Amino acid sequence: MKYCERKIKRNTIYLSSEVTNMIKFFLLVNKQGQIRLSRYYEPMEIHKRTLLEVDIIKNCLPRTKDQCSFVEYKDIKLVYRQYAALFVVIGIDDAENELAVYELIHNFVEVLDKYFSRVCELDIMFNLDKVHIILDEMILNGRVVETNKSRILVPLLALDKMTES
Amino acid sequence: MQQIQDQAPPSMVKDSRMVEADEEKLIKKELAALKEQVSTPTTSLKQMRECLVRLIYCEMLGYEASFGYIHAIKLAQQGSLMEKRVGYLAVSLFLNESHELLLLLVNTVLKDLQSTNLLEVCMALTVASQLFPPDMIPAVLPLVEEKLQHSKEIIRRKAVLALYKFYLLAPNQVQHIHDKFRKALCDRDPGVMAASLHIYLLLIKENPGGYKDLTSSFVTILKQVVGGKLAVDFNYHSVPAPWLQIQLLRILRLLGKDDQITSELMYDILDESLRRAEINHNITYAILFECIQTVYTIHPKVDLLEKAAKCNGKFILSPKNNLKYLGLKALSYVIQQDMNLVLQHQMTIIECLDHPDPIIKRETLELLYRITNAQNVAVIVQKMLDYLRQSKDEYITISLVGKVAELAEKYAPTNEWFIQTMNAVFSVGGDMIPADIPNNFLRLLAEGFDDEVEDKQLRLYAVNSYLALLEKNNIHYPQRFLQVMSWVLGEYSYLKTEAKAEDIIQSLHYLLGKCSASLETKAWIFSAITKLFRLTLNVKVLPEVLQNYGNSMDSCLRQCSFELKQLVEDKEIMNTVLPLDESCNDIVVDASLSFLDGFVADALGHGAAPYKPHHQRQEERLSQEKVLNFEPYGLSFATSPQISSVTGRQSPTGLSFNSEISCNSTEAGLKDSDSLKLDGVKKVWGKEGYLRKKKESKEETVASPNSESDVTADFTSTAEKTAGLSAEEQEKKLLASSLFVGLGSNNLVSLMGKNQSTTQKFRRKSKIVEGQNSYERTMSTQKAIAPPLAQIPNLMDNVLESCNPFQESKAMLLRKTASDSAEVPTEEPAQESDEAWNSSNNLKTIRAVPSASKESISGLFADGNFDIVQPGNCNSALVAHEPNSSLSPGLPVEFAEHSHSKFELVCANENIALFSCKVWKEDCLLIVLFFTNRSSIEVTNATVNFALTDELQACESTDFPFPLVESLATVKCQLCLQMMKPCARVLLTGHVTYHLETSQQTQEEFALALFLTDFIRPLKLTTEEFGHLWLSLSNDVKQNLSFTSDSPEALTVALRTLQQELKLHIVDIIGAEGIVACQLLPSTSCLLHCRFHAGILSVWLRSGCCVLPDCLLYECQKVIQKL
Repeated sequence: MKYCERKIKRNTIYLSSEVTNMIKFFLLVNKQGQIRLSRYYEPMEIHKRTLLEVDIIKNCLPRTKDQCSFVEYKDIKLVYRQYAALFVVIGIDDAENELAVYELIHNFVEVLDKYFSRVCELDIMFNLDKVHIILDEMILNGRVVETNKSRILVPLLALDKMTES
Repeated sequence: MQQIQDQAPPSMVKDSRMVEADEEKLIKKELAALKEQVSTPTTSLKQMRECLVRLIYCEMLGYEASFGYIHAIKLAQQGSLMEKRVGYLAVSLFLNESHELLLLLVNTVLKDLQSTNLLEVCMALTVASQLFPPDMIPAVLPLVEEKLQHSKEIIRRKAVLALYKFYLLAPNQVQHIHDKFRKALCDRDPGVMAASLHIYLLLIKENPGGYKDLTSSFVTILKQVVGGKLAVDFNYHSVPAPWLQIQLLRILRLLGKDDQITSELMYDILDESLRRAEINHNITYAILFECIQTVYTIHPKVDLLEKAAKCNGKFILSPKNNLKYLGLKALSYVIQQDMNLVLQHQMTIIECLDHPDPIIKRETLELLYRITNAQNVAVIVQKMLDYLRQSKDEYITISLVGKVAELAEKYAPTNEWFIQTMNAVFSVGGDMIPADIPNNFLRLLAEGFDDEVEDKQLRLYAVNSYLALLEKNNIHYPQRFLQVMSWVLGEYSYLKTEAKAEDIIQSLHYLLGKCSASLETKAWIFSAITKLFRLTLNVKVLPEVLQNYGNSMDSCLRQCSFELKQLVEDKEIMNTVLPLDESCNDIVVDASLSFLDGFVADALGHGAAPYKPHHQRQEERLSQEKVLNFEPYGLSFATSPQISSVTGRQSPTGLSFNSEISCNSTEAGLKDSDSLKLDGVKKVWGKEGYLRKKKESKEETVASPNSESDVTADFTSTAEKTAGLSAEEQEKKLLASSLFVGLGSNNLVSLMGKNQSTTQKFRRKSKIVEGQNSYERTMSTQKAIAPPLAQIPNLMDNVLESCNPFQESKAMLLRKTASDSAEVPTEEPAQESDEAWNSSNNLKTIRAVPSASKESISGLFADGNFDIVQPGNCNSALVAHEPNSSLSPGLPVEFAEHSHSKFELVCANENIALFSCKVWKEDCLLIVLFFTNRSSIEVTNATVNFALTDELQACESTDFPFPLVESLATVKCQLCLQMMKPCARVLLTGHVTYHLETSQQTQEEFALALFLTDFIRPLKLTTEEFGHLWLSLSNDVKQNLSFTSDSPEALTVALRTLQQELKLHIVDIIGAEGIVACQLLPSTSCLLHCRFHAGILSVWLRSGCCVLPDCLLYECQKVIQKL
């Protein structure tokens, strides 16, 4: 009990206020359960990430299409969406709006589609850095910071142009 | 557009469809190859980028690649554009905020922020808003601030986001740029404005009152967004900037909560939002969900509530599971305001209970949990238990089991039901069950309720039910359940007169023999058996028990059986050690072992050596053996202050080590929080052994149990409709009526069922100290003679280790407080009249006398050695608008000795004037308020009233009536204040009302600004005490302050200035380090450790309060900047 209180206090110093409406992580997983992209917005050790990912895959992948797209996993809510053989899974806290996050996934995929023109799993595998750059424009510190598709792509397109020339 | 990449595909990607074992081998190989390649000097930047992407891949798959971290930083430093970006990306993925390598990134970020290439600036801002070492924020802050004025929106936007991150990391660093946030909010570009909302959401969450003036701005912005005023590319599926709308709705919710006037500003736009969101798309539902929450959070408006309720219906009735889930979530939120909404949707909720998707079921149970009352508890708990039996998830089980136990305890209709439900909880929860559930349950049984008869019935029922359960063979019960059963049987079997104790012993003995019971459980069972032997004279089973466990391999069980043997032989001891039904009386232990004093004295008299505690013996042995010491040496300032010369950055924790600790056994301090708490414990064990206590008359008020009001279901209407429906539907209706009973509008009182104490069945007696439900407590109340192992030996250790160091007080060479103030240049900002610490240059400083080291922290000011800073002559410095001298108030003599501020006019009109004066007393801030009647007639019925905010606390009343104040007379009142929540500045408001002769009552408002520094007092500590305290404080903040002077005296000058301006106490200055202590009234201490090096003053603050270091650091910064 005491320990918990202290822990909470510690967190409050670190983040200065309770963190709500927050995205905890962003994952891309294929149907075989292989991770294609992962981004954590809270510090977590590598081996813990792997364990968490295994659990997440177990929780989300077997679900049928007509089941709810939100899953509870410990104190995290998982919001997932399937695109062909690829799953996007986002972990959020209880105060976040599940449906808004669900649509955020679609927005992200639309941006990828726009950039890669008809994105597929291979595009993501071979351009991991670029997908990360796109994601960094959209989500920072677990908050949605940009959803305007053309604005999201501005820095990356400029970088591509400069690199080409 | 970008179809084929120039990079070669990573080889591991190519063959990634393979079994895991192969994967591991391949990646290990790949990592080895990469390790070689990155360290080859000929590797080009382009190749390095490729390597880093592969490393990212490896880490993503769970293989650490720490050798590449430094190369990521290098690439960010050396690469150009895409390479640089990938370098930054890798850094942000590999490192976290506290990683030491991050410091190497700071220079690169600084350089890129100044770059002429916008892309580089962009990257630097992005990485700064992802992770940045908090200590280094001041280095980049000016550059980031500058970017707020940049002509490109993307730069401005990213600068705002970087500041948001800085605010998260160190709020005090960005305190001064709150105005700039406002500017960002009004930025012509919607993106920049949207970015600033993240900061505002945080700020408003912390302090909703401070931003009410922005409500209309947020409303206007939302109006424009909803009205489609944004560019088309902000649309998402033709809904304008949905995430922005959501963010604004959240902000409005915080602002409008409990505030009617603010709420009224937003009714229109909420109405419009609800209306607009008619397109049938997920994103509009997401917005609606936020709208509903906002409508139900702010001050209610009937019309809006109705619309929101209708919207909520759309969610719940939707065939889509996602919407249904969200609808249930909204409903559980909404019912906090309006229970009736549940009634509208009761049939849907029933359907959701049997939904094939478990997550929907879970959410429904969550909803039901919130509407539980005394009438529907049985049905709801049943549903929860059903769910529990199917669920295998540990996390869900733990949370749900806790809820069932809570509901059962609160609303149990009958004893039988309660016991059975708890039995179900224990068997379903199994060994996952958290310890506090059985503990609470046993405490409930033991302490009972207000009715003795009912208590007995409950206990008897429990005994019966457990006996029946134990009869069944071959059933495996979880450990905790067995423990509960055996404790209850041991304590309360005597209530069951018709059962023979030996039979119960027999079955417990059988249980003990089963190997499934853990050692801990066996100890519980054995103690139950022991207790049962006091009920019976028939000791037929005894030899068998003793034979089985008298030579058990387990020492605990062996000890138990010996005790049992002794107790059975001597019934008298048995009855004193294990009295019937007294489990709630505490066992008292004389921890000082004073009854042994005679024995010790005898032994000493016969020439025995005095006792030395363990560590002392060890030290002596060490010093004799003269072996190499592998432990780092502690800093022992008391003996040689020179030791701690400037060797790196030393923490003051070292100060606490002291080698000369002797110990006195009778005064063994039990203050250590780890040791037993014995306050208020009766003394039962004495020299002669057990001290018989007088039978205390029980003061049990026998209150009649709350008669369960027979509330018939108000669902007669529902019941009527059931005719003609299919059997299945009828069943559902029936369920509905049992679930939602007691929620109707004509039963409003019980709506709040959960908070209502009368419906609470098992109300604890008030004598129970809440929060002490730890495991140990139950252990101690049960008088078990067989406590689990390992509990006893610790006791002695704790006692010994917590002995107070009674060392001879070493006279500390304390630096005198600014004894010659001429040395310290104090500026005199005349305009800041309220900062009286600066106000007079005639500071007369009384020296701090070095106090004895035994002085306890609480008695700090007992000896009156308070640094008193007295302004030379206050009255002559009165402000110009002071009335004539006959009217000018004089400070009473008793306060004149304390330091105090100038007189300030706080409010005045033609008739009256109010002056205030702050007196900085040791234990409080005393506000002396002078009420002067300037008119020529007398004033009657004057009242001065202070309105206190949360931050402040007054010692006594805040109202000061003055029945009569004569013409041209002055009366005074005084208010003692303490600061409960640290904050830099707080306004003390109030009003004064008075009558002038018989005319109308007049009221004047006034406000006084109080500062953190008003409440800071020196904390007199010795270096040792400082060291101890330092270790015990957990909240710390570190900061480097730049400092213009570089002279060797700089630290002393800085600390003395801090001492003067902020009333800190300098504990010690050694070389380039100094330790300083202060406390915030009433009693929050804060310790500072300062180190001066190369023009930088590193300040490290620690305190028990998490906000104080930040606030105090801010004050220190201000003082140091002025130097």
